[in-house]
Amino acid sequence: MAIPTDPILIDLQEAAALEAADDAGIGRGRLVLRRFLRRRLAVGGLVVLALLFLLAFAGPHISRWDYQTPDFEAFLQPPSTSHWFGTSQIGQDVYAQTLRGLQKSLIIGLLTALFSTGIAAVVGACAGYFGGWADRVLMWFVDLLLVLPGFLIIAILSPTFRGRTWLLFVFLLAAFSWMITARVVRGLSLSLREREFVQAARFMGVPPAVIIARHLLPNMSSLLIIDATINVGGAILAETGLSYFGFGVQPPDVSLGTLIADGTRSALTFPWLFLFAGGLLILTVLAVSVVGDGLRDAFDPNAAAPRGQA
Amino acid sequence: MARFLLRRLLNYTVLVALATTLGYFLAGATLHPRANYEGRNPPLPAAVIDRQLDELNLNDHTPVVQRFGRWLNGVAHGDFGKTVAGQSVSGEMGRRMGVSLRLLIIGSVLGGLIGVGVGVLGAVRQYRLSDYATTAFSFLILSTPVFLVAVLLKLGALDVNQLAGAQLLDYTGEYTPGLSGGGVHILLDRVSHLILPTLSIILGQAAFFSRYQRNAMLDVLGSDFLRTAQAKGLRRREALIKHGLRTALIPMATFFAYNFGLLLTGAAFTEKIFGWHGMGEWFVDSVSNNDVNVVVAVTLFAAVLVLIAGLLSDLAYAVLDPRVRIR
Repeated sequence: MAIPTDPILIDLQEAAALEAADDAGIGRGRLVLRRFLRRRLAVGGLVVLALLFLLAFAGPHISRWDYQTPDFEAFLQPPSTSHWFGTSQIGQDVYAQTLRGLQKSLIIGLLTALFSTGIAAVVGACAGYFGGWADRVLMWFVDLLLVLPGFLIIAILSPTFRGRTWLLFVFLLAAFSWMITARVVRGLSLSLREREFVQAARFMGVPPAVIIARHLLPNMSSLLIIDATINVGGAILAETGLSYFGFGVQPPDVSLGTLIADGTRSALTFPWLFLFAGGLLILTVLAVSVVGDGLRDAFDPNAAAPRGQA
Repeated sequence: MARFLLRRLLNYTVLVALATTLGYFLAGATLHPRANYEGRNPPLPAAVIDRQLDELNLNDHTPVVQRFGRWLNGVAHGDFGKTVAGQSVSGEMGRRMGVSLRLLIIGSVLGGLIGVGVGVLGAVRQYRLSDYATTAFSFLILSTPVFLVAVLLKLGALDVNQLAGAQLLDYTGEYTPGLSGGGVHILLDRVSHLILPTLSIILGQAAFFSRYQRNAMLDVLGSDFLRTAQAKGLRRREALIKHGLRTALIPMATFFAYNFGLLLTGAAFTEKIFGWHGMGEWFVDSVSNNDVNVVVAVTLFAAVLVLIAGLLSDLAYAVLDPRVRIR
């Protein structure tokens, strides 16, 4: 959804332009890695994220309960040794369900971020590189999508993905979250287009598609990486929000959003139904945004020196 | 200046018309009001269903373009059609708009002001304890979806009430039904119901704006013109407010417009969770009821609000940035 990108991203235009000059001495990749590792909070976020993935994909195997099979001897039981997170109204194991939901939310978040950054890169680079009519039409389209209430449109379309693959949902989420990045990419492409190496490639007869893929996009890779990371958090929030209302992931499948929605109906008396899902959701989004922040500072040379370990 | 705003208004109006039209066609194509009548026992004859749907302008056997034409004709006369229950959408909308707007206006104004204030303080007192605390808190709030904030507030209110031994904070509905007593009594009741829902919106807004305001203010703090202002004899506080804050507020105008859509969806969660019968709750309910006319009416409402937010941000831009005014 239309979560505005940080103003610092705009500063990155300069950073990306400086990138070519930056590779003297040690390689740029190692430089960025070293800067990233120096930020303890960001490294912590990365570790938490890795642990969450491990939990989501390996966790279900160490419990003997499946996310769908109910235990008919335990309805609405608080957390215990046999059901670690308790059980639901119909005896489902909350631990297994929560991890299943975490899996779904993580995958949807990652895929959405990937798609949305991909669309933004292609559309933005095309608009910036070709200019003229292509630019005007694409940017008008971007403006239109920015005004359209994405949440409402996806909700209206939600009956169509009942009983179909959740990938459709991912595509829709991505379709409404790429616009602002596309504007930034366009701005970068406008300035990169005039640089000597692009001009040289053009005069040598390299086709536009290859110039965009080989020369434009790699030169703004830092922006794209940061944007994709930040988008993961936004995508997870959008997904859980839509799923909360029943407009997203459809039953019998679960996501953290549907779990919280089911759990909050009786949140006052049976808090374990939603507290674990809620806690994991906050932890995931928090970890992603901390990593995104760390990446941004690692890629942006201007931010390195004075801040130290802030 | 007037021409600039007029041009923006024209641009926004076209976009609103497009958004609403698209909303109508999408809703008309994906929602099936017929399903509300099917599967009844005893089954209704097809002719009866058709007549009923025709009356509501919801018959999926009529081409969607024709239905849209009829709907548009009604809108031109101030009539937004009927709900699936046969009530007038316009009448219901008038009531619900008041409920939503109360929440949205108080929430966005207070949230924006608090956010800007916290952001400026964070920038001026960078790397102090207060800066770290507000940054951590706003990160936490931004990572928490609105519906979780609302539910947690509700849980918190329960504890507060239990501790106080009285119903201090109310968390269902916008007023106590059947309340008798004088005007002050009713006003207090309304305020008590308003606190938690508004808080759930303010928190998110304040966290959002404080992050951006802090960044913008930090950029301004290092600028030459601020040093010049101080060098020519302005006190630091004066320079910060007159020259620094004014410049740092400019990007906030844009974020205000972009953020408004997000605020609207956030309000839908708040209304649903706290049982406020506003536009957001109406939308969520009507998607599951296949209520096409209501869905489109709420889409129009949302688009118009985004338009107003956009115009306000343009206006704020013009007020804050003299370069825009000259154009």
